[in-house]
Amino acid sequence: MPEARTETIILNMGPQHPSTHGVLRLVLELEGEVILGATPVIGYLHTGFEKEMEHRTYHQNIVFPARIEYLATFVEETAYVLAVEKLLGVTPPPRAQAARVILSELSRIASHLVALGSSAIDLNVTSLFLYCLQDREEILDILEMVSGQRMMHGFLRIGGMQWDLPEGFEARVRALMDRLPARIDEYDRLLTDNLIWRRRTEGIAVLSAQDALRYGCTGPMLRGSGVAYDVRKAFPYSGYDQYDFDVPVRWNGDAFDRYLVRLEEMRQSRRIITQALDRLPGGPWIVDDRKVALPPRAELTRSMEAVIHQFKLVSEGLHPPPGEVYAAVESPRGEKGYYLVSDGSNRPARVRVRSGSFNNLQALPVMIHRGTVADVVVAIASIDIVLGDVDR
Amino acid sequence: MVEALLVAAVKSAVMLALVLTVCAYMTLFERRLIAGFQLRYGPNRVGPAGLLQPFADAVKLIFKESFRPAGADPLVYWIAPGIAMITALFVYAVIPLGPTLTVLGRPVPLVVADVNVGILLVLGASSIGVYGIILGGWAANSKYALMGSLRSSAQVLSYELVLGLAVASVVLSAGTLSLVEIVNAQQRVWFAVTQPVAFVLFLLGAIAETGRAPFDLPESEQELIAGYQTEYGGFNFAMFYVGEYVGIVTMGLLAANLFLGGWHGPLLPGPVWVAVKTLAFAFFAVWLRATLPRVRQDQLMALSWKVLIEIGFLNLLVTAAILAWRGG
Repeated sequence: MPEARTETIILNMGPQHPSTHGVLRLVLELEGEVILGATPVIGYLHTGFEKEMEHRTYHQNIVFPARIEYLATFVEETAYVLAVEKLLGVTPPPRAQAARVILSELSRIASHLVALGSSAIDLNVTSLFLYCLQDREEILDILEMVSGQRMMHGFLRIGGMQWDLPEGFEARVRALMDRLPARIDEYDRLLTDNLIWRRRTEGIAVLSAQDALRYGCTGPMLRGSGVAYDVRKAFPYSGYDQYDFDVPVRWNGDAFDRYLVRLEEMRQSRRIITQALDRLPGGPWIVDDRKVALPPRAELTRSMEAVIHQFKLVSEGLHPPPGEVYAAVESPRGEKGYYLVSDGSNRPARVRVRSGSFNNLQALPVMIHRGTVADVVVAIASIDIVLGDVDR
Repeated sequence: MVEALLVAAVKSAVMLALVLTVCAYMTLFERRLIAGFQLRYGPNRVGPAGLLQPFADAVKLIFKESFRPAGADPLVYWIAPGIAMITALFVYAVIPLGPTLTVLGRPVPLVVADVNVGILLVLGASSIGVYGIILGGWAANSKYALMGSLRSSAQVLSYELVLGLAVASVVLSAGTLSLVEIVNAQQRVWFAVTQPVAFVLFLLGAIAETGRAPFDLPESEQELIAGYQTEYGGFNFAMFYVGEYVGIVTMGLLAANLFLGGWHGPLLPGPVWVAVKTLAFAFFAVWLRATLPRVRQDQLMALSWKVLIEIGFLNLLVTAAILAWRGG
């Protein structure tokens, strides 16, 4: 009788697959349904935005961040303008800072809603996905009201914002913030109290704190593993140190903990937004520095100097001093940083984007080792990757 | 003799047309209902309130190219969807839709054939149905399809036992294998009341047997793309699809006849009661799909072998003991 020969299967998951959240490709080595090895293959959404930013002026580059990571748009824009402001040594006026906080936190809630919904749909809870997107829609409506665009805003400016927050903005955000807690609690009950949901996420895709740190994971991935690192607390920007909020931390490092961390972060974001609305300062929304910000329209008819400034800023843009900076914000996917090198010209000499998604995705093979194919889906959803952010 | 054959042929044709229409509308029912659960509208463009949608779908699927992937086993690849559909339709030979009516002074039973082992025939046919899925997934020469059909064979095997044990308790209580007799045994009280454990087991088994969420592992979209159907398209896919929806209706009818008293009910005529009870089951199935996450393969198997089958045997034993004690 010939000896039985067994071999493992190599299964190609993606880049076209319903639950790889875009164009991630995974090469899985399987024994039955058990995973012996996994290799993520990235680059299917490589856009070359970093390089492209070297060919445009600092102002023109404002449109790129939201296209790199399209779920938390205002967080991304904030990250870029913060880096340029750091290079220039400019501080935006208090109203602009508070507005950035509100818009960023709205974006964070919108992004976490997508994360929650898509991790639900990956376990076939299709209804919850649609409920989440419906709530996100209301946030996008507000963002559209502010900037005129639902996703690719291009609204923040170096030293402030394009224009003031519109009339009725505050009332609308407050109304949404009043409705939000009940919705989040409903989703919480729907999933947290569901036995199947818990059995599918608890103890699945576990990432130890040590591994999380080793791979440079940040955001809910790191906090779900028990490390309380949040850029908003560790290196406050845009006046985050003035607000009272908690950084939710869980210790098991599994998919369930990451889900709980995101739920809690939405509640904390709401706290920040209401505080920021309560003490939203008045005054200008962009710096009064003619070398950085465009002069007001009215001034152009009276002042020759203003016309010259306008012309210089529009035609060739601003010239930061030579040097290099790194500015980071806390995005829903972890630390999002922009590293800019200036050679004194009107274009950055080098732009490098530090994206949370990229580092978080690296940990995937560790998380799904000896798991099953069904767990891969849970793991990917719990990382909450944006492939545009991974590949840039 | 000729007359008897003719009557059987006409009855079969009417039954087939009825079942296929009902199944076509079951797809619309499911899509509209799940849309309702999800705060959407669902298909409402084709015809009034989307009522022609099933026909549009059918026409589209029929006219699509019949595609066979390279490396697929040609014979098995074409036969598998047929097995799935034919076995699914076959069971309607013995499932009663209502009591015997009198038309033009002649008794017309609303069942094609009242076989005295009806329920065995139904379970047997649905066991053969899984061959369609296994062969289809095997023949397609795709890893996803193969994994889907492997999952399917394991799942159907384990849940058939659960289903069988639930049905056995009912059969014991009714003292007959004929579906018509089983319904008539529920004239006073439903078996759902006297056999609640068996009823729950039957519901779980029926959902798993038809591969519906949360037990839709054979075709779990988010993991295996479409499982055993991944490489099928056009009319071949339609046959699998029909087989699946016929299966849901079958399980609904079985639930109605075995546990919910069949056509017995106040006021309304018998067939209407059967339809209402079948729809209630379908509603339950869609409701589950809209709400619950999918279980994992090992959890599914553990549920069957470590929990449900034990409960099923226990229930059967208790039923038998009570019957023996009563009957002496």
